[in-house]
Amino acid sequence: MTEPVSNPAYAVAWLPEAWFWLLFGILTIYVVLDGFDFGVGLIYGTRESERERETLHAAFGPIWKANEVWFVLFVTVLFAAFPRVYANLLSRHYLLIFLLLFGLILRGVGVKLRKERDDDQWKRYCDYAFVAGSVLSPIVLGAFVVQWVFPSVSFPVALVGGVTLLGLCLVLGATFLAIKTRDSLRAEMVTYTTKATPAYVVLFAGTGGILYTTGSASLEVVALAAIATVVCSIGIVGGTRLESYVLAFGSAAGVAVSFVGLLAVHLFPMVDPAAGLAIGDAIVAPTTLHVTTIMAAIFLPIVGLGFVMLYSVFEGVADPADGY
Amino acid sequence: MIDPVLASRLQFAIAITIHILFAALSIGLGPYLVYFTVQEVRTGQERYRKLREFWTKIFAVGFVMGTVTGIPMGFMFGTNFSQFSTVAGELIGGPLSFEAKMAFFLEAIFLGILLFGRDRVSGWMYAVSSFFVALGAWLSAFWILVVNSWMQTPRGYETVTSNGTEIVQMTDPLAAFFNPRFPWMFVHMQNAAIISVTLLIAGVAAYFLWQNRDSEVWKTALRVAIVVLILTSIFQVVHGDAYGQHVADTQPQKFAAMEAHYDTERGADLHLIAVPTTLEGFTDPQADNLYKISIPHLASFLASGGDPGAEVTGLNDIEYESPPVALVFWSFRMMVGLGFWFVGLSIWGAYNRLRGRLTESPRYLLAMMLSAPLGFVALVTGWYVTEIGRQPWVIQGVLRTSDGVSPALSGPQAVVSLIGIAGGYLVLLGLFLYIGRRIILEEREDLLERSKPADEQADRPDPTEVITND
Repeated sequence: MTEPVSNPAYAVAWLPEAWFWLLFGILTIYVVLDGFDFGVGLIYGTRESERERETLHAAFGPIWKANEVWFVLFVTVLFAAFPRVYANLLSRHYLLIFLLLFGLILRGVGVKLRKERDDDQWKRYCDYAFVAGSVLSPIVLGAFVVQWVFPSVSFPVALVGGVTLLGLCLVLGATFLAIKTRDSLRAEMVTYTTKATPAYVVLFAGTGGILYTTGSASLEVVALAAIATVVCSIGIVGGTRLESYVLAFGSAAGVAVSFVGLLAVHLFPMVDPAAGLAIGDAIVAPTTLHVTTIMAAIFLPIVGLGFVMLYSVFEGVADPADGY
Repeated sequence: MIDPVLASRLQFAIAITIHILFAALSIGLGPYLVYFTVQEVRTGQERYRKLREFWTKIFAVGFVMGTVTGIPMGFMFGTNFSQFSTVAGELIGGPLSFEAKMAFFLEAIFLGILLFGRDRVSGWMYAVSSFFVALGAWLSAFWILVVNSWMQTPRGYETVTSNGTEIVQMTDPLAAFFNPRFPWMFVHMQNAAIISVTLLIAGVAAYFLWQNRDSEVWKTALRVAIVVLILTSIFQVVHGDAYGQHVADTQPQKFAAMEAHYDTERGADLHLIAVPTTLEGFTDPQADNLYKISIPHLASFLASGGDPGAEVTGLNDIEYESPPVALVFWSFRMMVGLGFWFVGLSIWGAYNRLRGRLTESPRYLLAMMLSAPLGFVALVTGWYVTEIGRQPWVIQGVLRTSDGVSPALSGPQAVVSLIGIAGGYLVLLGLFLYIGRRIILEEREDLLERSKPADEQADRPDPTEVITND
């Protein structure tokens, strides 16, 4: 019943497959961009001084909303290209999805409302929401994605995947903040980076091992992802040593690519293994996919340009005096 | 045991009722922000800077609330209405992803600049950013209304069997996107959002003028709002009338429910004013339990576009179940009644303006203050007419709402998420109102400091006394 991935009914036969990779490409971008936001939230929880907290807000305040939109894009592209998978996944993991939404709402509200009142208790509550949302969201997201790709694994195993994603967010957040801060705070971010990176590698090895033994992940895929992770981790640590923080952050993004790539490569050519749906079964009909492809070809590059502009307006070391 | 269908529908209804308030705020306030920002950059006048700053604050809080309440909406089609998503995904998934690509990114990117970038970009770049944020809000509404209008008047599709389920597939994208309902709905909704925000701006301006009659800033705001209100409120009544005719053509059950019209008849009356004479008149409005002032033949005249003797189909003669008549009937009356009240306010304001006394009539200021939230009430009740009136269909004539709910969803699961969503959304709405009030009180402090304490002002009743105790 599994149709071949390519299908001559489409303008180009590999168009359905291209949408599979585009979908995971969008997920990867989301994990990198909002991943560092979540990481900032984690690190934020360890900062006591108001000045440092405001520096962190100034560092990611103008950009996190735009980062979060990649998640909306991910889920709507899933809907647009594979509606049946969208419907199956979200209804199958019903409470998990609402927990994820709860985490995202907590984070968003905590960040936004903090400056609305100038009293300590209000700020403390907003900070709790921000940190709790930043911890909860990646754990639940990770557990959800692992259960999607490996339907046979148990929930605790999926949670290990979630914790691994949380570790990845910490690495991303620390390297991002190393770019955006200076002096003693930057030194601490470097320390976080050098400690979190090996911890993540261990977590990732554990997850990969468990998925290999219980989730039938193939050895080649796991090994490839592991090698990529180790190489990129060396890049992270090397980058911080050389004080090239952009290199460190770029390498952390490479780690994220290895993580999501492992899942995507394992999943392919299925797209909803629990329902036995391969790409060819679940993809929308040619007319719809062609319309969606034309729109994506026009607007995704514009979105990319918008991001380049946004990040260049707010480039450089963050200053709490800028407000957040 | 609670029915997962009912719980899912309630959950969606509560979520969308609260979300649409924020969505309408963004849609309506967007053009005002562009206007204030452009005037500020062009004239360099202090009053426009003040208005831009004040309303950007409200806009930003509303926008964040709009996104945090909006993100779950994009998931609920899948979590709660998975069968609907499976059946209609090929038609509605695309537009929802276009909304994310075109609108959400535009808004989020340029809002960052609008909020944080005043010192980092040039004045014109800043004005352009406000334009793009407004454009984002409008594009978002565009694609959402493409989806919703398709559910009211589906076109450009065929029904096929795929993996054992009957689903709809797109045959003609343009016919599907620009279905017959779309232009009606888009114009009516965007104008309703502008009216809602105009009344909000006018109400807030009236409140501040009550505090300080000499505030040039808020005189400007009130003047601009009245001009907009005159144009938009009158247009809405005229347009709404023609829209009703289109509804009668395409969704007879909705038109009949709007008038609680059970029997098919020629020369049907339109109930201008209806007051229930018994308690049942509220819950089950029918011809014999309402005191009505009706205009003979008008319903037929409207439904047919000019023929007073035309036949209007009654609910008894429609071959599927009726929508909940009472909700549609009273929502429709609320919306229309408020619509006429807004026209009255705008004429009253025009009269005061012509006499050059726009800001001097305490009665008018009070009326504007009390009317500040009413645009949103009209907008929400209008959507109740649209959405409840479509029942029993989720896609008119194609799929019943009860058949669209996720098959595996259990009652307890649905109740957990219902409680979570209802509670969470109400908290978010409460937070927004709380912060909005703080922003207003802050501005009030500022105004009072600048106004001179004159004896005549002390004599004036102060409507704010009750709410200034924090």
